[in-house]
This record gives sequence, structure tokens and C-alpha cells, in this order.
Amino acid sequence: MLTKKVKSRIMFLILGFLLISIIIIVILKSLEKNVVYFLSPSEIYNEANISFNKKIRVGGLVKINSITRSGEMVNFIITDLKNEIIVSYVGIVPNLFAEGKGVVTEGKLKDKKYFVAEKILAKHDENYMPPEVKEALEEANN
Amino acid sequence: MYKNFLPNKFISLKNNFTNILVVLLFIIATTGLIYSLLISPPDHIQGDSVRIMYVHVPSSFIALGCFAFLGFISILNLIFKIKIMPLLGKSAAPIGCVFSLISIVTGSLWGKPTWGTWWVWDARLTSMAILFLFYIAYIYSWKFISSFENANRTSSFIAIIGLFNLPIIKFSVDWWNTLHQPSSITLTSAPTIHHTMLIPLVIMFFAMLIYSLLIFLMRYRTELIKIKLIKKNYE
Repeated sequence: MLTKKVKSRIMFLILGFLLISIIIIVILKSLEKNVVYFLSPSEIYNEANISFNKKIRVGGLVKINSITRSGEMVNFIITDLKNEIIVSYVGIVPNLFAEGKGVVTEGKLKDKKYFVAEKILAKHDENYMPPEVKEALEEANN
Repeated sequence: MYKNFLPNKFISLKNNFTNILVVLLFIIATTGLIYSLLISPPDHIQGDSVRIMYVHVPSSFIALGCFAFLGFISILNLIFKIKIMPLLGKSAAPIGCVFSLISIVTGSLWGKPTWGTWWVWDARLTSMAILFLFYIAYIYSWKFISSFENANRTSSFIAIIGLFNLPIIKFSVDWWNTLHQPSSITLTSAPTIHHTMLIPLVIMFFAMLIYSLLIFLMRYRTELIKIKLIKKNYE
């Protein structure tokens, strides 16, 4: 039913598809370090040659009971439940910044366990619910 | 269904269908807006700023869906050279373009109060910006390439290459660390949005879908009339 011309066009497109997919996969693989928006504490812990002069981003959960404030200064711990990093920051934090919630910080590493942040972004999760439901859930858990 | 889109059939179709769509759009959009702005509850963390979701998420869906349609049309166009395909593509592209822009702008407005920033170059936001650029490239290839044949081929290739961006947008939040949170609505598991918020979201999605369909049909009719006029001038 398909004419020769149509068949050759289909072949051309299929080959093109394969070629472009391979190109895109190779590009994304080689750029992976740049595509990733932030590193987790474990990734920093496992990274052998990490730069202490370049700005990087670290993200994870704010450890419960770890936020301490003194004036403008905020100290807290970012955890990915395996490794932790102590972060210190001077400035205003976003509204959604809270213990047990996600956070992404931008700044420089002092050493593998200590990070000086210049910018703090709150990362929220994909769960949406009204406050009453949240309370009910918490009561059920206790 | 397909036959209704053939030029002679489509132009002779009565306007009844569009009128029904307009009435439907009015009813669904009103319910959707009342539900999402007044009836639905605020979020337990974000408060009232969660209401941006009811515009942001459906717009993103339509922007992605519209480009998938554009890609599909372009594949058929290149393989089978069906005459109406470029017209369908030309009619759909501006709709997706506008919705991708709405998605980016509302996302930015939502990002400021929640994340604490208007824009970051994470994988999801960047790939969405690239989708917008693909729409612009598609539309402009029709505007600036004067020969119909060349414009048709170029725009089709742009749409097909842009198709590869769609899985990247969809899965960017799963493949890489991003500031954008993972999807709340997935095919494989139950949605993580409470049903009091999911219902207005779905209603708003249908409102925007019907709006897109309406604009699409109107634009398609215009494209057909344009072609007819050109033909008439030749005769």
C-alpha cells in the first residue's frame, strides 16, 4: 500500500529519530554536572576533588531541631538522611524555610562539613492538602 | 472525525458547534474559577499562593500537549504530504506558545513567595523555556520563509526536533536534582493533591482545553479561508 517514496521517508525519519536521540543522550550525559541544580551532602562527601573557591549549591532537608538564630545569622544542618552539612547564612530566609522541609542553598564550602551560604531557596514537595487534613494526619500518626 | 477537517466540509459546517463550545467554556470556566478561588482550601504550607497552581499546571499540560500534537502533525506531514497538516499545525502553534508563556510567568510569580526566587536555571524551568523558544521558532519559520514548500519543511523539522524536549521536560524532575518539585499527578500512582484541590484543578484544565479547542477551530477556519482567497486570486 505504501509507495516507495513514502517508505523511504519513513526510514529517513526513523534513522533521524535514532540519531537525534543518541546525540541528545550523549549531550545530557556529558553535561550532567551542569544540569543537576544542586548537590546532596552525600554527593559532596563522596566527591574527591571538590572546589572550595567556586560557588556551588547544596540541597536536602533541614534537620529537625537544628535551626539556631542569633540576630541576622542563621545556622542549620542540611541532611539527606545519610550525610550532613552545617550551613551558616546571614540574611532573610524565605517563608517556606522550616525544619523538616526541603532547602537549596548557594554559596561556598569551607570544608566538607561546613558551608557558608549566600542565598537560600526553599524547596517544597509535591504534597498539597488543606491545613485541617494535615492536622488530622498528624493526630492519626501520634 | 478526520473528514470534518477537510476544507470543504469544515467551512460548510454550521457555527453551532463553536456556539456550544462557547457556552460550555463559559459554564466550566466560571465554576472552575469560583471553585479554585473561593471554595477550595488554602495549602497547609503555602497558604493561598497555592491557588496559582490552578492556572499554572493546566497551562503547562496544554503547552506540552499542544507541542505533542504539533510534532505528530509534522511527522504525518513529512511522510504523507497531506495538504491540511501544515494548516492544522499553523493553527495550533500560537495556542501552545501562549500557554507555555503563561506557564512560565505564573510559575515565576509562584516561585517568588514559595522558593524565594523568580527564576533559577534548573532542568525543569530551563527545558520549559526551551519549549517556548521552539514554539517561537515554529511560528517564525512560517512568517519569515516566503516559499510555502520551504517553510513547511523547516517548520516540520523544528516541531519534530522539539518533540525530544517533551520527555526531558516531563522527567527532568525525576532524572536530576531540581528546585522544582516532582509531579503530583502521575499515571502510575495516586495523586498527592488532596481531592478538594484536585477537583478545581481538573475543572480548570477542561476550561483551558475547551478554550484552546475553540481558538484552534477559529484559527483553522481562518487558514482555510485564506487559502481559498489565494486560490481565487489565481483563477
